[in-house]
Amino acid sequence: MVDSSPEAVTPLTEESAIASLQQEDLSLRYYAAWWLGKFRIRTKAAVNALIVALADEDHRTELGDYPLRRNAARALGKLGDRSAIPSLIQSLECSDFYVREAAAQSLEMLGTTAAIPALKLLLKDGVEATKQVTGRPHAVEPCEAVIEALGSLGATETVPLIEPFLNQPIVKVQYAALRALYQLTQNDAYGQRLVNALNGNDVKLRRVALTDLGAIGYLPAAEAIAKCAVESSFKLIALKGLLAHLASEANLSESAIEIMSLMDSLL
Amino acid sequence: MVVLQLIQAVEQASEPAQLVAAVQALVAVKDKSAISTLIAVLGYNNPTAAIAAVAGLIELGTDSVQPLMEQLDEYNYGARAYSIRALAAIGDPHALELFLESAATDFAPSVRRSAAKGLGTLHWQQLDPEQVYPAWQKAMQTLLSISSDGDWSIRYAAIVGLQALANIPELAAQIKIHFDLQIQTESDREVRSRIIWAQQVLSQV
Repeated sequence: MVDSSPEAVTPLTEESAIASLQQEDLSLRYYAAWWLGKFRIRTKAAVNALIVALADEDHRTELGDYPLRRNAARALGKLGDRSAIPSLIQSLECSDFYVREAAAQSLEMLGTTAAIPALKLLLKDGVEATKQVTGRPHAVEPCEAVIEALGSLGATETVPLIEPFLNQPIVKVQYAALRALYQLTQNDAYGQRLVNALNGNDVKLRRVALTDLGAIGYLPAAEAIAKCAVESSFKLIALKGLLAHLASEANLSESAIEIMSLMDSLL
Repeated sequence: MVVLQLIQAVEQASEPAQLVAAVQALVAVKDKSAISTLIAVLGYNNPTAAIAAVAGLIELGTDSVQPLMEQLDEYNYGARAYSIRALAAIGDPHALELFLESAATDFAPSVRRSAAKGLGTLHWQQLDPEQVYPAWQKAMQTLLSISSDGDWSIRYAAIVGLQALANIPELAAQIKIHFDLQIQTESDREVRSRIIWAQQVLSQV
Protein backbone atom coordinates (compact mmCIF):
# COMPACT_ATOMS: atom_id res chain seq x y z
CA MET A 1 0.00 0.00 0.00
CA VAL A 2 1.27 3.45 -0.84
CA ASP A 3 1.16 6.07 1.87
CA SER A 4 0.29 9.48 0.48
CA SER A 5 2.27 11.49 3.05
CA PRO A 6 5.45 13.01 1.60
CA GLU A 7 7.66 11.55 4.35
CA ALA A 8 6.90 8.00 3.26
CA VAL A 9 7.76 8.55 -0.39
CA THR A 10 11.24 7.69 -1.66
CA PRO A 11 13.47 10.72 -2.23
CA LEU A 12 13.12 12.14 -5.72
CA THR A 13 15.61 13.35 -8.28
CA GLU A 14 14.93 15.87 -11.02
CA GLU A 15 14.32 13.09 -13.56
CA SER A 16 12.24 10.87 -11.29
CA ALA A 17 10.08 13.82 -10.20
CA ILE A 18 9.29 14.76 -13.80
CA ALA A 19 8.61 11.09 -14.60
CA SER A 20 6.41 10.86 -11.49
CA LEU A 21 4.17 13.59 -12.89
CA GLN A 22 3.12 11.15 -15.61
CA GLN A 23 2.67 8.16 -13.29
CA GLU A 24 -0.62 6.49 -12.57
CA ASP A 25 -0.27 6.89 -8.82
CA LEU A 26 -1.96 10.23 -8.17
CA SER A 27 -0.35 10.77 -4.79
CA LEU A 28 3.07 10.45 -6.44
CA ARG A 29 2.14 13.06 -9.04
CA TYR A 30 0.88 15.37 -6.31
CA TYR A 31 4.10 14.95 -4.33
CA ALA A 32 6.31 15.41 -7.41
CA ALA A 33 4.64 18.73 -8.28
CA TRP A 34 5.25 20.01 -4.76
CA TRP A 35 8.83 18.70 -4.83
CA LEU A 36 9.75 20.47 -8.09
CA GLY A 37 8.65 23.80 -6.62
CA LYS A 38 10.19 23.24 -3.22
CA PHE A 39 13.61 22.46 -4.70
CA ARG A 40 13.33 25.12 -7.40
CA ILE A 41 13.94 22.75 -10.34
CA ARG A 42 13.99 25.37 -13.08
CA THR A 43 14.65 23.18 -16.12
CA LYS A 44 12.44 23.42 -19.20
CA ALA A 45 11.40 19.79 -18.74
CA ALA A 46 10.16 20.52 -15.19
CA VAL A 47 8.30 23.67 -16.22
CA ASN A 48 6.66 21.93 -19.19
CA ALA A 49 5.60 18.95 -17.09
CA LEU A 50 4.03 21.29 -14.52
CA ILE A 51 2.22 23.24 -17.24
CA VAL A 52 0.72 19.93 -18.42
CA ALA A 53 -0.27 19.18 -14.81
CA LEU A 54 -2.13 22.52 -14.67
CA ALA A 55 -4.67 21.02 -17.10
CA ASP A 56 -4.87 17.68 -15.25
CA GLU A 57 -8.28 15.97 -15.22
CA ASP A 58 -7.32 12.69 -13.50
CA HIS A 59 -6.82 13.89 -9.96
CA ARG A 60 -10.23 15.08 -8.73
CA THR A 61 -11.87 14.91 -5.33
CA GLU A 62 -15.53 14.01 -4.75
CA LEU A 63 -16.22 17.74 -4.50
CA GLY A 64 -14.70 18.30 -7.93
CA ASP A 65 -11.47 19.92 -6.73
CA TYR A 66 -8.15 19.56 -8.52
CA PRO A 67 -5.38 18.82 -5.98
CA LEU A 68 -2.63 18.28 -8.58
CA ARG A 69 -3.44 21.54 -10.35
CA ARG A 70 -3.08 23.40 -7.04
CA ASN A 71 0.42 22.08 -6.44
CA ALA A 72 1.43 22.67 -10.05
CA ALA A 73 0.23 26.28 -9.90
CA ARG A 74 2.10 26.88 -6.63
CA ALA A 75 5.30 25.32 -8.01
CA LEU A 76 5.23 27.35 -11.23
CA GLY A 77 5.31 30.60 -9.26
CA LYS A 78 8.49 29.50 -7.52
CA LEU A 79 10.29 28.50 -10.72
CA GLY A 80 10.13 31.98 -12.24
CA ASP A 81 9.70 30.76 -15.85
CA ARG A 82 7.51 33.15 -17.80
CA SER A 83 6.40 30.49 -20.27
CA ALA A 84 3.96 29.37 -17.55
CA ILE A 85 2.10 32.70 -17.67
CA PRO A 86 -0.64 31.89 -20.25
CA SER A 87 -1.54 28.62 -18.51
CA LEU A 88 -1.60 30.29 -15.10
CA ILE A 89 -3.86 33.03 -16.45
CA GLN A 90 -6.17 30.31 -17.73
CA SER A 91 -6.09 28.69 -14.26
CA LEU A 92 -7.71 31.84 -12.85
CA GLU A 93 -10.92 30.44 -14.42
CA CYS A 94 -10.60 27.02 -12.78
CA SER A 95 -13.65 25.89 -10.78
CA ASP A 96 -11.39 25.06 -7.80
CA PHE A 97 -10.97 28.09 -5.47
CA TYR A 98 -7.50 26.98 -4.35
CA VAL A 99 -6.26 26.65 -7.94
CA ARG A 100 -7.41 30.22 -8.59
CA GLU A 101 -5.73 31.38 -5.39
CA ALA A 102 -2.43 29.64 -6.20
CA ALA A 103 -2.51 30.97 -9.77
CA ALA A 104 -3.03 34.56 -8.54
CA GLN A 105 -0.12 34.23 -6.11
CA SER A 106 2.15 32.71 -8.74
CA LEU A 107 1.28 35.35 -11.33
CA GLU A 108 2.15 37.97 -8.71
CA MET A 109 5.52 36.28 -8.20
CA LEU A 110 6.12 36.18 -11.94
CA GLY A 111 5.38 39.91 -12.07
CA THR A 112 3.33 39.82 -15.23
CA THR A 113 1.00 42.68 -16.04
CA ALA A 114 -0.62 40.44 -18.68
CA ALA A 115 -2.53 38.82 -15.79
CA ILE A 116 -4.26 42.06 -14.75
CA PRO A 117 -7.44 41.75 -16.88
CA ALA A 118 -8.11 38.17 -15.73
CA LEU A 119 -7.41 39.11 -12.09
CA LYS A 120 -9.82 42.05 -12.34
CA LEU A 121 -12.53 39.70 -13.57
CA LEU A 122 -12.39 37.76 -10.29
CA LEU A 123 -13.40 40.94 -8.45
CA LYS A 124 -16.15 41.93 -10.89
CA ASP A 125 -18.89 41.31 -8.30
CA GLY A 126 -17.15 43.54 -5.77
CA VAL A 127 -17.29 42.65 -2.07
CA GLU A 128 -19.81 39.87 -2.79
CA ALA A 129 -16.70 37.86 -3.66
CA THR A 130 -15.70 37.80 0.03
CA LYS A 131 -18.85 35.89 1.06
CA GLN A 132 -18.30 32.41 2.44
CA VAL A 133 -19.42 29.57 0.15
CA THR A 134 -21.96 27.34 1.92
CA GLY A 135 -20.38 24.14 3.16
CA ARG A 136 -16.86 25.13 2.14
CA PRO A 137 -14.10 26.72 4.21
CA HIS A 138 -13.48 29.50 1.71
CA ALA A 139 -15.03 32.58 0.12
CA VAL A 140 -16.39 32.94 -3.43
CA GLU A 141 -13.08 34.26 -4.75
CA PRO A 142 -9.53 34.34 -3.35
CA CYS A 143 -9.84 38.10 -2.79
CA GLU A 144 -6.78 38.45 -0.57
CA ALA A 145 -4.46 36.90 -3.17
CA VAL A 146 -6.08 38.72 -6.10
CA ILE A 147 -5.93 42.15 -4.44
CA GLU A 148 -2.34 41.64 -3.35
CA ALA A 149 -1.40 40.62 -6.89
CA LEU A 150 -3.08 43.69 -8.40
CA GLY A 151 -1.18 45.91 -5.98
CA SER A 152 2.19 44.27 -6.67
CA LEU A 153 1.62 44.36 -10.41
CA GLY A 154 0.99 48.10 -10.28
CA ALA A 155 -2.54 47.95 -11.69
CA THR A 156 -3.31 51.59 -10.84
CA GLU A 157 -6.62 51.52 -12.73
CA THR A 158 -7.96 49.03 -10.16
CA VAL A 159 -7.94 51.51 -7.24
CA PRO A 160 -11.73 52.08 -7.47
CA LEU A 161 -12.24 48.31 -7.75
CA ILE A 162 -10.19 47.65 -4.59
CA GLU A 163 -11.41 50.53 -2.39
CA PRO A 164 -14.74 48.90 -1.41
CA PHE A 165 -12.82 45.97 0.12
CA LEU A 166 -11.64 48.29 2.90
CA ASN A 167 -15.17 48.27 4.25
CA GLN A 168 -16.08 44.59 4.22
CA PRO A 169 -15.76 42.52 7.40
CA ILE A 170 -12.92 40.08 6.54
CA VAL A 171 -9.89 41.65 8.22
CA LYS A 172 -7.22 39.91 6.12
CA VAL A 173 -8.91 41.18 2.97
CA GLN A 174 -9.02 44.70 4.46
CA TYR A 175 -5.28 44.48 5.05
CA ALA A 176 -4.71 43.20 1.51
CA ALA A 177 -6.66 46.21 0.24
CA LEU A 178 -4.63 48.62 2.41
CA ARG A 179 -1.44 47.04 1.14
CA ALA A 180 -2.46 47.22 -2.52
CA LEU A 181 -3.87 50.73 -2.26
CA TYR A 182 -0.65 51.95 -0.67
CA GLN A 183 1.36 50.38 -3.48
CA LEU A 184 -0.92 51.90 -6.11
CA THR A 185 -1.29 55.40 -4.63
CA GLN A 186 1.64 55.84 -2.19
CA ASN A 187 -0.92 57.49 0.09
CA ASP A 188 0.35 57.42 3.70
CA ALA A 189 -3.13 57.00 5.14
CA TYR A 190 -3.15 53.36 3.98
CA GLY A 191 0.29 52.64 5.42
CA GLN A 192 -0.72 54.25 8.73
CA ARG A 193 -3.79 52.03 9.01
CA LEU A 194 -1.54 48.99 8.69
CA VAL A 195 0.74 50.43 11.37
CA ASN A 196 -2.30 50.83 13.66
CA ALA A 197 -3.17 47.20 12.97
CA LEU A 198 0.06 46.21 14.75
CA ASN A 199 -1.73 47.05 18.02
CA GLY A 200 -4.66 44.74 17.30
CA ASN A 201 -5.75 42.03 19.71
CA ASP A 202 -5.19 38.99 17.49
CA VAL A 203 -1.58 37.88 17.17
CA LYS A 204 -2.25 36.17 13.82
CA LEU A 205 -3.57 39.42 12.36
CA ARG A 206 -0.61 41.33 13.79
CA ARG A 207 1.63 38.92 11.89
CA VAL A 208 -0.34 39.55 8.69
CA ALA A 209 -0.01 43.32 9.12
CA LEU A 210 3.73 42.95 9.71
CA THR A 211 4.10 40.94 6.52
CA ASP A 212 2.10 43.53 4.59
CA LEU A 213 4.23 46.41 5.91
CA GLY A 214 7.37 44.52 4.93
CA ALA A 215 5.96 43.82 1.48
CA ILE A 216 5.20 47.49 0.80
CA GLY A 217 8.42 48.71 2.46
CA TYR A 218 6.60 51.34 4.50
CA LEU A 219 9.50 53.16 6.21
CA PRO A 220 7.54 55.11 8.85
CA ALA A 221 6.52 51.72 10.33
CA ALA A 222 10.05 50.74 11.37
CA GLU A 223 9.81 51.58 15.09
CA ALA A 224 6.30 50.18 15.41
CA ILE A 225 7.40 46.94 13.77
CA ALA A 226 10.29 46.56 16.22
CA LYS A 227 7.95 47.13 19.20
CA CYS A 228 5.05 44.97 18.01
CA ALA A 229 4.08 42.04 20.26
CA VAL A 230 4.97 39.29 17.78
CA GLU A 231 7.82 36.77 17.54
CA SER A 232 11.11 38.39 16.51
CA SER A 233 11.40 36.30 13.33
CA PHE A 234 8.36 38.01 11.82
CA LYS A 235 9.68 41.43 12.80
CA LEU A 236 13.08 40.72 11.25
CA ILE A 237 11.47 39.69 7.96
CA ALA A 238 9.30 42.81 7.94
CA LEU A 239 12.27 45.10 8.62
CA LYS A 240 14.24 43.29 5.94
CA GLY A 241 11.38 44.16 3.58
CA LEU A 242 11.76 47.85 4.52
CA LEU A 243 15.49 47.64 3.89
CA ALA A 244 14.87 46.00 0.51
CA HIS A 245 12.86 49.02 -0.62
CA LEU A 246 15.70 51.46 -0.03
CA ALA A 247 17.66 52.32 -3.13
CA SER A 248 21.39 51.80 -3.22
CA GLU A 249 23.33 49.55 -0.90
CA ALA A 250 26.83 50.84 -1.58
CA ASN A 251 26.19 54.15 0.17
CA LEU A 252 24.07 53.23 3.14
CA SER A 253 21.48 55.87 3.91
CA GLU A 254 20.61 56.98 7.43
CA SER A 255 17.30 55.14 7.09
CA ALA A 256 19.10 51.92 6.17
CA ILE A 257 21.31 52.19 9.25
CA GLU A 258 18.31 52.92 11.46
CA ILE A 259 16.51 49.84 10.17
CA MET A 260 19.58 47.64 10.65
CA SER A 261 20.00 48.98 14.21
CA LEU A 262 16.45 47.88 14.93
CA MET A 263 17.16 44.48 13.35
CA ASP A 264 20.30 44.09 15.48
CA SER A 265 18.24 44.81 18.60
CA LEU A 266 15.87 41.96 17.73
CA LEU A 267 18.55 39.27 17.55
CA MET B 1 4.69 44.67 49.37
CA VAL B 2 7.05 41.81 50.15
CA VAL B 3 8.68 39.95 47.27
CA LEU B 4 6.84 36.75 48.08
CA GLN B 5 3.49 38.41 47.44
CA LEU B 6 4.74 39.87 44.18
CA ILE B 7 5.91 36.41 43.10
CA GLN B 8 2.52 34.97 43.96
CA ALA B 9 0.84 37.70 41.93
CA VAL B 10 2.88 36.59 38.88
CA GLU B 11 2.09 32.93 39.45
CA GLN B 12 -1.60 33.56 39.92
CA ALA B 13 -2.16 36.04 37.09
CA SER B 14 -4.94 34.72 34.87
CA GLU B 15 -5.15 37.47 32.24
CA PRO B 16 -2.33 38.49 29.88
CA ALA B 17 -2.47 42.14 30.97
CA GLN B 18 -2.53 41.13 34.63
CA LEU B 19 0.57 39.00 34.07
CA VAL B 20 2.43 41.88 32.43
CA ALA B 21 1.59 44.22 35.33
CA ALA B 22 2.60 41.61 37.92
CA VAL B 23 5.93 40.95 36.17
CA GLN B 24 6.64 44.67 35.96
CA ALA B 25 5.93 45.06 39.68
CA LEU B 26 8.19 42.14 40.51
CA VAL B 27 10.99 43.48 38.29
CA ALA B 28 10.72 46.90 39.97
CA VAL B 29 11.81 45.60 43.40
CA LYS B 30 15.12 44.32 41.93
CA ASP B 31 15.31 41.38 44.30
CA LYS B 32 17.42 38.27 43.67
CA SER B 33 14.72 35.96 44.99
CA ALA B 34 12.60 36.90 41.97
CA ILE B 35 15.02 35.31 39.49
CA SER B 36 13.48 31.86 39.32
CA THR B 37 9.99 33.27 38.80
CA LEU B 38 11.19 35.66 36.10
CA ILE B 39 12.80 32.75 34.26
CA ALA B 40 9.54 30.81 34.46
CA VAL B 41 7.74 33.78 32.85
CA LEU B 42 9.91 33.34 29.73
CA GLY B 43 7.93 30.16 29.03
CA TYR B 44 4.45 31.65 29.44
CA ASN B 45 4.06 32.54 25.76
CA ASN B 46 3.37 36.20 26.52
CA PRO B 47 5.92 38.31 24.61
CA THR B 48 5.28 41.53 26.56
CA ALA B 49 5.68 39.78 29.91
CA ALA B 50 8.74 37.91 28.66
CA ILE B 51 10.43 41.10 27.46
CA ALA B 52 9.80 42.70 30.88
CA ALA B 53 11.21 39.61 32.60
CA VAL B 54 14.31 39.63 30.36
CA ALA B 55 14.90 43.28 31.29
CA GLY B 56 14.58 42.38 34.98
CA LEU B 57 17.00 39.46 34.67
CA ILE B 58 19.53 41.64 32.86
CA GLU B 59 19.28 44.24 35.58
CA LEU B 60 19.99 41.61 38.25
CA GLY B 61 23.09 40.77 36.22
CA THR B 62 25.61 38.18 37.42
CA ASP B 63 23.16 36.69 39.92
CA SER B 64 20.89 35.65 37.03
CA VAL B 65 23.58 33.81 35.08
CA GLN B 66 23.72 30.46 36.86
CA PRO B 67 19.92 30.09 37.24
CA LEU B 68 19.39 31.06 33.59
CA MET B 69 21.78 28.35 32.44
CA GLU B 70 20.44 25.72 34.85
CA GLN B 71 16.81 26.42 34.08
CA LEU B 72 17.27 26.61 30.32
CA ASP B 73 14.07 25.21 28.79
CA GLU B 74 15.00 22.36 26.46
CA TYR B 75 11.42 21.91 25.31
CA ASN B 76 10.38 25.48 24.59
CA TYR B 77 12.52 27.30 22.05
CA GLY B 78 10.72 30.59 22.60
CA ALA B 79 11.71 30.54 26.28
CA ARG B 80 15.22 29.42 25.36
CA ALA B 81 15.69 32.37 22.99
CA TYR B 82 14.70 34.81 25.76
CA SER B 83 17.13 33.15 28.19
CA ILE B 84 20.01 33.38 25.71
CA ARG B 85 19.08 37.00 24.98
CA ALA B 86 19.28 37.80 28.70
CA LEU B 87 22.60 35.97 29.04
CA ALA B 88 23.98 37.77 25.98
CA ALA B 89 23.10 41.16 27.44
CA ILE B 90 24.67 40.26 30.80
CA GLY B 91 27.80 39.11 28.96
CA ASP B 92 29.14 36.69 31.59
CA PRO B 93 31.67 34.47 29.77
CA HIS B 94 30.49 31.39 31.69
CA ALA B 95 27.86 31.27 28.97
CA LEU B 96 30.50 30.79 26.25
CA GLU B 97 30.08 27.02 25.80
CA LEU B 98 26.29 27.35 25.82
CA PHE B 99 26.46 30.09 23.16
CA LEU B 100 28.86 28.10 20.98
CA GLU B 101 26.60 25.07 21.04
CA SER B 102 23.36 27.05 20.64
CA ALA B 103 24.66 29.16 17.76
CA ALA B 104 25.88 26.13 15.87
CA THR B 105 23.32 23.43 16.61
CA ASP B 106 20.02 24.67 18.05
CA PHE B 107 17.14 23.92 15.68
CA ALA B 108 15.42 27.24 16.42
CA PRO B 109 16.70 30.25 14.43
CA SER B 110 15.67 32.68 17.20
CA VAL B 111 17.92 30.84 19.66
CA ARG B 112 20.82 30.67 17.19
CA ARG B 113 20.57 34.39 16.39
CA SER B 114 20.64 35.41 20.07
CA ALA B 115 23.64 33.17 20.72
CA ALA B 116 25.50 34.47 17.66
CA LYS B 117 25.02 38.06 18.73
CA GLY B 118 26.00 37.14 22.31
CA LEU B 119 29.28 35.57 21.18
CA GLY B 120 30.46 39.00 20.12
CA THR B 121 29.95 40.78 23.41
CA LEU B 122 31.03 38.49 26.25
CA HIS B 123 33.08 40.21 28.97
CA TRP B 124 36.30 38.35 28.21
CA GLN B 125 38.30 40.10 30.96
CA GLN B 126 36.29 38.08 33.51
CA LEU B 127 38.03 34.91 32.33
CA ASP B 128 41.36 33.66 33.67
CA PRO B 129 44.09 35.18 31.52
CA GLU B 130 45.14 31.85 29.98
CA GLN B 131 41.55 31.13 28.92
CA VAL B 132 41.02 34.36 27.03
CA TYR B 133 42.78 33.61 23.77
CA PRO B 134 41.24 30.13 23.25
CA ALA B 135 37.81 31.59 24.07
CA TRP B 136 38.20 34.32 21.43
CA GLN B 137 39.22 31.75 18.86
CA LYS B 138 36.27 29.48 19.59
CA ALA B 139 33.81 32.37 19.39
CA MET B 140 35.26 33.60 16.11
CA GLN B 141 35.46 30.15 14.52
CA THR B 142 31.85 29.38 15.35
CA LEU B 143 30.67 32.71 13.93
CA LEU B 144 32.77 32.28 10.79
CA SER B 145 31.31 28.82 10.23
CA ILE B 146 27.67 29.90 10.63
CA SER B 147 28.17 32.93 8.40
CA SER B 148 27.54 30.61 5.43
CA ASP B 149 24.33 29.16 6.91
CA GLY B 150 21.38 28.72 4.55
CA ASP B 151 19.15 31.00 6.67
CA TRP B 152 19.76 34.70 5.94
CA SER B 153 18.89 35.69 9.51
CA ILE B 154 21.63 33.43 10.90
CA ARG B 155 24.16 34.97 8.52
CA TYR B 156 22.93 38.42 9.57
CA ALA B 157 23.37 37.59 13.27
CA ALA B 158 26.84 36.15 12.60
CA ILE B 159 27.88 39.46 11.02
CA VAL B 160 26.64 41.35 14.08
CA GLY B 161 28.61 39.00 16.34
CA LEU B 162 31.74 39.23 14.20
CA GLN B 163 31.58 43.01 14.01
CA ALA B 164 31.60 43.14 17.81
CA LEU B 165 34.44 40.62 18.03
CA ALA B 166 36.50 42.74 15.64
CA ASN B 167 36.93 45.24 18.48
CA ILE B 168 39.51 42.77 19.78
CA PRO B 169 42.73 43.89 18.03
CA GLU B 170 44.04 40.31 17.76
CA LEU B 171 40.96 39.26 15.75
CA ALA B 172 40.25 42.39 13.74
CA ALA B 173 42.36 41.63 10.68
CA GLN B 174 40.94 38.15 10.10
CA ILE B 175 37.34 39.34 10.52
CA LYS B 176 37.84 42.24 8.09
CA ILE B 177 39.26 39.83 5.50
CA HIS B 178 36.30 37.55 6.05
CA PHE B 179 33.84 40.39 5.41
CA ASP B 180 35.68 41.32 2.20
CA LEU B 181 35.30 37.73 1.01
CA GLN B 182 31.74 37.17 2.22
CA ILE B 183 30.41 40.23 0.45
CA GLN B 184 31.54 38.80 -2.88
CA THR B 185 29.53 35.61 -2.46
CA GLU B 186 26.61 36.81 -0.30
CA SER B 187 23.43 36.30 -2.31
CA ASP B 188 21.13 38.40 -0.16
CA ARG B 189 21.11 42.14 -0.78
CA GLU B 190 20.01 43.05 2.75
CA VAL B 191 22.69 40.85 4.32
CA ARG B 192 25.24 42.53 2.05
CA SER B 193 24.02 45.88 3.41
CA ARG B 194 24.76 44.66 6.93
CA ILE B 195 28.30 43.64 5.90
CA ILE B 196 28.87 47.08 4.33
CA TRP B 197 27.73 48.74 7.54
CA ALA B 198 30.09 46.53 9.57
CA GLN B 199 32.94 47.37 7.20
CA GLN B 200 32.22 51.09 7.49
CA VAL B 201 32.17 50.96 11.29
CA LEU B 202 35.36 48.89 11.43
CA SER B 203 37.22 51.17 9.02
CA GLN B 204 36.62 54.06 11.41
CA VAL B 205 38.18 52.28 14.39
